Amino acid sequence: MKRFVLWAPLLVFLIFLGVFVTGLIKPESSTIRSHLLGHPLPEFKLAPGVPTQPGVATADFKDGKPKLLNVFASWCVPCAAEAPQLEQLAKTGVTIHAVAIRDRPEDIVDFLKRYGNPYIRIGSDPTSSVQIGIGSSGVPETFVIDGKGIIRYQHIGDIRAENIPTLLSELEKAR
Amino acid sequence: MIASPHAVILKQVQHDGLACAAFAIFLATATPVFADSSLPPAPLAYTQLPDPRQEAKAAALMHSLRCLVCQGQSIADSDAEMAGDMRALVRQKIAAGESPDDIRDWLVARYGKWVSYDPPLDAMTAPLWIAPLLLLGIGGWVAYGRFRKHR
Repeated sequence: MKRFVLWAPLLVFLIFLGVFVTGLIKPESSTIRSHLLGHPLPEFKLAPGVPTQPGVATADFKDGKPKLLNVFASWCVPCAAEAPQLEQLAKTGVTIHAVAIRDRPEDIVDFLKRYGNPYIRIGSDPTSSVQIGIGSSGVPETFVIDGKGIIRYQHIGDIRAENIPTLLSELEKAR
Repeated sequence: MIASPHAVILKQVQHDGLACAAFAIFLATATPVFADSSLPPAPLAYTQLPDPRQEAKAAALMHSLRCLVCQGQSIADSDAEMAGDMRALVRQKIAAGESPDDIRDWLVARYGKWVSYDPPLDAMTAPLWIAPLLLLGIGGWVAYGRFRKHR
């Protein structure tokens, strides 16, 4: 008992050291998932982000077919990186609606001209209110919404080629 | 024409390979991961509410909500654009008569308890409250044993 009491402080110190060192080497994961998966898309109605395409509202996701909701911005570099993958998804017949975060119409037009336009509808969210409303914490993020407007899946970060099968199967599941 | 600061630095470091490498690293790390938009901040991001009582409520709440992109800071402390948008949202909701607890719950429903700096007492956080009491008890017990021995 006495020996244990003697060594206990060192043991406690080593445990703390272990915790701190792991914290330093492997910092806490920084992806914050939306807690709204399985919940309906919050009510919103956004004005068009570009003059040539309609804006987007919750009602647009309730026509019975699953869709992608892409949260992007013209000032976001990874959004340009995922553009070819979105293009590919659109070509296979996936409906993609977009919410442009803190953006200007002329910048969005320029972005779409440079990187392609896979979107049917583009809503402008100048104060990130819809982004916060759906539990998204950055750009780009992509949500799978089923035909009843329920959020089924969230992809955080840019969509890479290897993520396309997952998104397609989540869309299939949401059917 | 005045050369940009970057161009001046570039000229200086071209003489020194090591500094050049350091500059390359500086350039690589200086690229912002979260780029900023060109829109001005939301109207209520940096403007207080006209009613001081409401503003006090909003400020207290903003100090206990976590910024989503900077993560180590509250939205009251952060200059990130999204933190500004969250402050604007909090002030709008307070001005509309919502209670701070409701607004916190609204955000927790979207981002989890992670977003709040004021964790509720539940099974997950209980050790945080119990551990200090337990350690204090052990400390008292050890001290008691020591003092008794020396007498």
